[in-house]
Amino acid sequence: MREITESTIHAVETKARSLRRHIISMLGEAGSGHSGGSLSAADIVACLYFWEMNVDPHEPHKPDRDRFVLSKGHAAPVLYAALAEKGFFPVIELDSLRKLGSRLQGHPDMNKLSGVEASTGSLGQGISWAVGMALAERMNGPDRYRIYALLGDGEIEEGLVWEALMAAAHYKLDNLTAFLDHNRLQIDGPIAEVMSPEPVADKFRAFGWETLVIDGHDISQIMQALELARSTTGRPTAIIADTVKGKGCSFMENKAEWHGTAPNREQTIQALEELEVSPQRA
Amino acid sequence: MEKQATRDAYGKALVELGRKYGDVVVLDADLSKSTKTADFAKVFPDRFINAGVAEQNMMGMAAGLAASGKVPFASSFAIFATGRAFEIVRNSLAYANLNVKICATHAGLTVGEDGGSHQSVEDLAIMRCVPNITVVAPADGVSTRQAVAAVYHHPGPVYLRLGRPAVPVIYDESLSFRIGRGIVLRAGKDATLIGCGIMVAKCLEAADRLRAEGIDVSVVDMHTIKPIDRDLIARKAHETGAILTVEEHSVLGGLGGAVCEVVCEQFPVPVMRMGINDQFGQSGTPDDLLEYYGLSVAMIMANTRILLSKK
Ligand SMILES: Cc1ncc(C[n+]2csc(CCOP(=O)(O)OP(=O)(O)O)c2C)c(N)n1
Ligand SMILES: [Mg+2]
Repeated sequence: MREITESTIHAVETKARSLRRHIISMLGEAGSGHSGGSLSAADIVACLYFWEMNVDPHEPHKPDRDRFVLSKGHAAPVLYAALAEKGFFPVIELDSLRKLGSRLQGHPDMNKLSGVEASTGSLGQGISWAVGMALAERMNGPDRYRIYALLGDGEIEEGLVWEALMAAAHYKLDNLTAFLDHNRLQIDGPIAEVMSPEPVADKFRAFGWETLVIDGHDISQIMQALELARSTTGRPTAIIADTVKGKGCSFMENKAEWHGTAPNREQTIQALEELEVSPQRA
Repeated sequence: MEKQATRDAYGKALVELGRKYGDVVVLDADLSKSTKTADFAKVFPDRFINAGVAEQNMMGMAAGLAASGKVPFASSFAIFATGRAFEIVRNSLAYANLNVKICATHAGLTVGEDGGSHQSVEDLAIMRCVPNITVVAPADGVSTRQAVAAVYHHPGPVYLRLGRPAVPVIYDESLSFRIGRGIVLRAGKDATLIGCGIMVAKCLEAADRLRAEGIDVSVVDMHTIKPIDRDLIARKAHETGAILTVEEHSVLGGLGGAVCEVVCEQFPVPVMRMGINDQFGQSGTPDDLLEYYGLSVAMIMANTRILLSKK
C-alpha cells in the first residue's frame, strides 16, 4: 500500500472525499461543530490513515502501532470520519457526534473512543503529547513505530507549541512528523491580521526541524513528503501543508465564519451534492 | 420571560465603560466573537488587543498594561483564562496585585456541545484560593452590566465569571450591585437557597414551587464568591437553620465550599451542596447537561426536602 502510484493516489483521493462527506453529514446532524478546519485537513488525514500509518481497528492497542495526535482537537470530525471509515466503529455512529452520552465528544476523548490516541481540544497540548510519545518509542527500542501530529496555524500561536518543537529537535526525534494545516485562518479572522506566526517555514527550520512546504490537498505531494520524513535522520520533520479552510465545500472555502459553524439542512444537502460530483483534487 | 446571556451583557457593558473611561483596554485570545469583546473592538479598535491563541501572553501583556496605568479587561473562555494562564495570573497579576480584570465567558457545563475539555467546573475554586483576587459570578444580564462597572471601580485583580447561554433576566434597573454583598431575593424561614451565576434563576423557580407545597425558603444571590458575604451567611444560618448551595461548578472549593467554611466557623447548621460532583462534563446541549448532572429545578426542590429532614 505504501507505493506512490496512480492507483494508490486515486484510492486515497476517494477516501478523502468520503471523509469530507462524513464530516458534512455528521456536522449537519450535530447542528454544531467545526467545519472549516476539519475539511482543510481531510487530505492529510486520509493519507495518514489509508496509506501511511500502521493501525489496525481489530487491535487498536497493539504496541507497535503508529500514533496520530490531532493537536488541533476541534477538527475531531475529520478524525472520527477516518476512524469510522477505517473500521474502528460503525459509520452510523458518526451521527451521535456531540450528543449526550456519545463516544464522539466535541473534542477527542481517548477514554471514550478507541483509536483516539490523545485527548485534545486545548490547543498546543497535543504536540507536547506527540513529543512524549516519540521519546517513549525511543525508549522502547528504535524504529518500531512512528508518531504523527497535526497542528493548526492559529494553534501555533501558543507558546507551548514552540517549547515542544524545541524539545523534539533537541532530542533528535526523527520518529516524529508534524503537519501544519496552513489554511491561513483562525477564529477571529486571517492569521495575518489576528496574530501572525509567519514566516512559518523559517520558524520551524530555526527550531531545528527538517521542513517541507507542500500543497496540502495534493495527495501525491503529501505521500512524497511522508517518504522524505521517513528517510530523514537526526531530526523531526515538519510538513507545512498549504490548505484551504473549508476545502471541498464551495460556500465554506476560505471563510473564517465557517470555523465553528455547522451546515444547516439545505447547506448539508448542497455540500454533499458538491462532494458527490466534483473530484476532490486541488 | 426575557432572556440574555451574561456574555452578551458583558460585551455591551464594555462599550459603555469604554465610552466613559479612556484607560479601559480590552484583550482577547482569538475568541472575541464568542466572548463578545468584539463589540468593544468594533467601537474602540485602538484600545483592543488580540493576543491570538496565546492566553498566557495575553495575561502577561495585561500585567504590563496595568503596570502602565491602563485598566485591562482580559477575556477568553473560563477554562483557558484560569487554566492555561493560571500561573501568569497567579504571579504576574495577583502576586503583583495589578489592576487587571479577568472576564471569562463559557464557564461551566453550559458550554454544551464542545464537551468536557472546554467546560470549566473548577475555575471558581482555583481563582478563589489565590490571594488578592476578587471573584464574582453574576446571575443575569442586568447584574452583569452593573458588575462590569463595579469591577472597573474595584482596585486590584478581579475574576468575573460569565456564561454562554441566554438565561432569564431576574433583576431590573433598580438593582444596586455591590461587590461583596449578597442579595436576598426571597425571604423565607425554613431554609436558605444560596446560588450564584445562572443557578440563581433556578433557585428562584424552585422557591416559588416549594412555596406551593408549603415550604418557605429564602433565596440569596451570592454573586461575590470572594470576599464572601460572611455576615449574610451567618444571619441566614441563624434565621433559617439550613442552607442549600447551588452552583454550576464543582462542589469542591467554589460557592459551596466557601459557604461551608463560614457556616462551620460562625453558625453550624446542616448544609447541602449542589454542583458538579467531582467529575468532568461532556458534550450535550446545555439543558440536557444541567439535567444530567442534577442541576435542575426539580433536584433543587428534592434536595431542599432532604435538607429539611436533617434540621
Ligand atoms: C488553548 C486554547 N485556546 C483557545 C481555544 C479556542 N479555539 C478553538 S479553535 C481556535 C482557532 C484555531 O485556529 P487554527 O489552529 O488555525 O485552526 P484551523 O484553522 O485549522 O481550524 C481557537 C482559538 C482552544 N481550543 N484552546
Ligand atoms: Mg487555521
